[in-house]
Amino acid sequence: MTDWLSPEEWTAVRLSLKVAFVAMTASLVPGIAIAFALERGRFWGRQALDVIVHLPLVLPPVVVGWFLLIGFGRRGPVGSFLAEQFGIVLSFRWTGAALACAIMGFPLLVRAIRLSIASVDRRLEDAAGTLGAHPAWVFAVVTLPLILPGIIAGMVLSFAKAMGEFGATITFVSNIPGETQTIPTAIYAYTQVPGGDGGAMRLTLVSIAISIAALWCSEWLARRVGRQVRAS
Amino acid sequence: MILDVDIRHEQGAFVLEASFQSNGKLTALFGPSGSGKTTIVNAIGGLVRLDHGRIHVQEQVLVDTEKYIFVPKHRRRIGYVFQEGRLFPHLNVRQNLLFGRWFTPRRDRKTRFDDVVDLLGIGRLLERRPSTLSGGEKQRVAIGRALLADPRLLLMDEPLASLDDARKAEIFPYIERLRDEGRVPIVLVSHSVAEIARLATFVVLLSEGRVTASGPAADVLRHPHLFVPPGLAEAGALIEARILRHEDSFGLTVLQAKAGPLTVPRLMQPIGAGLRVRLRARDIMLSLQEPVGMSALNVLPGHISSIESAEGASVDVQLDCSGDALVARVTRKSVEELGLKPGLAIYAIIKSIAFDPEALGAVKSPHP
Repeated sequence: MTDWLSPEEWTAVRLSLKVAFVAMTASLVPGIAIAFALERGRFWGRQALDVIVHLPLVLPPVVVGWFLLIGFGRRGPVGSFLAEQFGIVLSFRWTGAALACAIMGFPLLVRAIRLSIASVDRRLEDAAGTLGAHPAWVFAVVTLPLILPGIIAGMVLSFAKAMGEFGATITFVSNIPGETQTIPTAIYAYTQVPGGDGGAMRLTLVSIAISIAALWCSEWLARRVGRQVRAS
Repeated sequence: MILDVDIRHEQGAFVLEASFQSNGKLTALFGPSGSGKTTIVNAIGGLVRLDHGRIHVQEQVLVDTEKYIFVPKHRRRIGYVFQEGRLFPHLNVRQNLLFGRWFTPRRDRKTRFDDVVDLLGIGRLLERRPSTLSGGEKQRVAIGRALLADPRLLLMDEPLASLDDARKAEIFPYIERLRDEGRVPIVLVSHSVAEIARLATFVVLLSEGRVTASGPAADVLRHPHLFVPPGLAEAGALIEARILRHEDSFGLTVLQAKAGPLTVPRLMQPIGAGLRVRLRARDIMLSLQEPVGMSALNVLPGHISSIESAEGASVDVQLDCSGDALVARVTRKSVEELGLKPGLAIYAIIKSIAFDPEALGAVKSPHP
């Protein structure tokens, strides 16, 4: 089994999964918070926040990568602060790849969660309030379970986006085998060298398999949860 | 005082200006749609923030805008049964019922789960999902859920409105039992006179955001001109009676009221059971002499206590029949021709079909 992919290819697959998983997990809580702020919040600057969150969806990925490079690079204002205060370096590291993927997938995550928040029957939340539940509890035991299908859909989209992210990643953290080389950048590297077709084909097949598995998994979860929260 | 409300609230062009006090076990807010009933219960439940006013429940302040008091809904301990049930779709019936219990302080958890399940007859449903319940079952679960939070007051916003007659008949007895057990006072919103006649002990009439009348149910329902639209055909007297005997060969039951015996179609309740009977004003005729040779079975002797003019050609004649207050709607012309005036002895003729089975509500302690 391990012979099927070369060690470099295995490394790229493992790294891609790690980057995508971390990107998805790290953006989950901020994604839910911002989806709530955008859907229910009434505050100054809501429109601006909406635009900023959606920018990665419409900007060329290279532009996002470039912004990350000048902002989070070692010399960038955020990057130098993180490096000096916490010793965290993002540029040319896999953590930087995860950041790039999280940002590129963020609008997809927020949109999916926001749609499900909009479809929550707020009268159920009122009912929970009259039964003595503090607003925080109402969120935890009524709202959150009801938007779970939307959260799952958003997580799958975010994960899939991270698995396929190319432009922002290669611009921000380059294409270093073993550190920042994910499946897409590895496929790109194979296409640039003579005789790389075999490797490119193998990684493409892996990529397809992971995507199908992720979709199937989310369908299964969504159906399980959907059965529970279907409107009475 | 169980409930003391004095509020002023504007919602666009609609102005609600309502003030009433009730000590009733079941206070009914009655009025056409748009009269402000739901806004009042939402204000009591804490779902609406009032512009001005105060609300006291069981001597406790919930809202007082002058003192800047607004108790949030989760700290009011006011149960609320919504028109559409609003059960939590992701929880089963048992979890729905116990939802409020998690948030009730331990020392206040007085209502026993099994008692409520028995009272509402929902034992078979506990493991089911709300989406698999019928409308009547959902409402019963919703009532149980509100009760198990041990509320100080139970609000019911047209809990029967979305149900057909059969389902209503299924719920009525449960609300009556709640009222008669008297552990938690109830505020019921309704636009059905039959519902109120059967359930209410105290009635608040609302019209276009104002209270037009309030008082014990029997007093308010006897004044048809108070209802909007004026002289609503459904208004009438509310009297209590108990079952004297059944006449099975005729399919009839004879009731004993203070006013005298009343014959109605055969009822299922046992002899001696207490009942509440509604006699609609439009179903009562008046006669100066004791009528003879007439098909109507129910004739009650009494006196005219007062005469109130209603709209158009109609007049409401209030009667006192040995302690039971009745009201008859007759024409102005009849009043003149018969020379009706307060104090006059009179016979009230009631056709037996005038008894509305929906309004034949049970009462626990009828007069002796």
